[in-house]
Amino acid sequence: MRLLLSTLVLFLLWMMFVASLDPQEIVTGLFVAFFTSLITGSVIAGKEPLKWLSPKRWFYFFLFALYFIKELTLANLDVAYRVIHPRLPINPGIVRVKTKLKTPIAKLVLANSITMTPGTITVDVHGDTLYIHWIDVKGKDVETATKNIVEGFEKYLEVIFE
Amino acid sequence: MKIVGEIFLIIGSLFLFLSALGLLRMPDVYNRMQAGTKGTTFGAFFSILGVMAMRPEWFLKGLSIIIFILLTNPLSSHALLRATHRLGVPLAKKAIDAYAEDKEKGIVEK
Repeated sequence: MRLLLSTLVLFLLWMMFVASLDPQEIVTGLFVAFFTSLITGSVIAGKEPLKWLSPKRWFYFFLFALYFIKELTLANLDVAYRVIHPRLPINPGIVRVKTKLKTPIAKLVLANSITMTPGTITVDVHGDTLYIHWIDVKGKDVETATKNIVEGFEKYLEVIFE
Repeated sequence: MKIVGEIFLIIGSLFLFLSALGLLRMPDVYNRMQAGTKGTTFGAFFSILGVMAMRPEWFLKGLSIIIFILLTNPLSSHALLRATHRLGVPLAKKAIDAYAEDKEKGIVEK
């Protein structure tokens, strides 16, 4: 099951790279994907491969992608505005936020998403606490920071990965 | 399609320029990183989108490059910032530095 899944994922990746339907490419791709899966299958598919098949998770992943693109655009316009502004309107600091997510992969995606969104970069993750560098600190306490930075992503990631 | 591609390339280079300007104008490493991470991601995306519009046969390759940038760019900036903070580089002007506080208290190892 795990082997089949990771072979499929790697094969799709291969097809993206070569971008042709030449039988030679397909056969090589299948071989390479299969042998790579023998070695790294458990890493790619994870401990519970059945999670990959849930349509609800994929639907939420799609919503998450749309939300992420919106946040990414806002992030860029926001930072561009701050850079052009003559007085350089920044109020930086490192704040603490708490997350409800448990699995390492969910925390990884959360930390990455935070780094890509308006004015925030993850400095360190320690248990359920994330340290975030925030270019415009709106509130120093944990609750305000969590509400502003984490909650938008958390509600999607909870469904996708937990 | 060629015109669309060129417009994307112009937008991309504009964002890359703004992030370079940000590197010069921001007061310390942490804020420079903000400009560096965000501007370059968008700049790279629009440059690749421009190439994809001009050469449709490279669409899938461009898409995989975008995915890999999305996965790796935040990781590298996070690792650089963490290393910087651990070396003891202070924030130029700060509202709060919770990470340093917790390092003092011993919650996070130094």
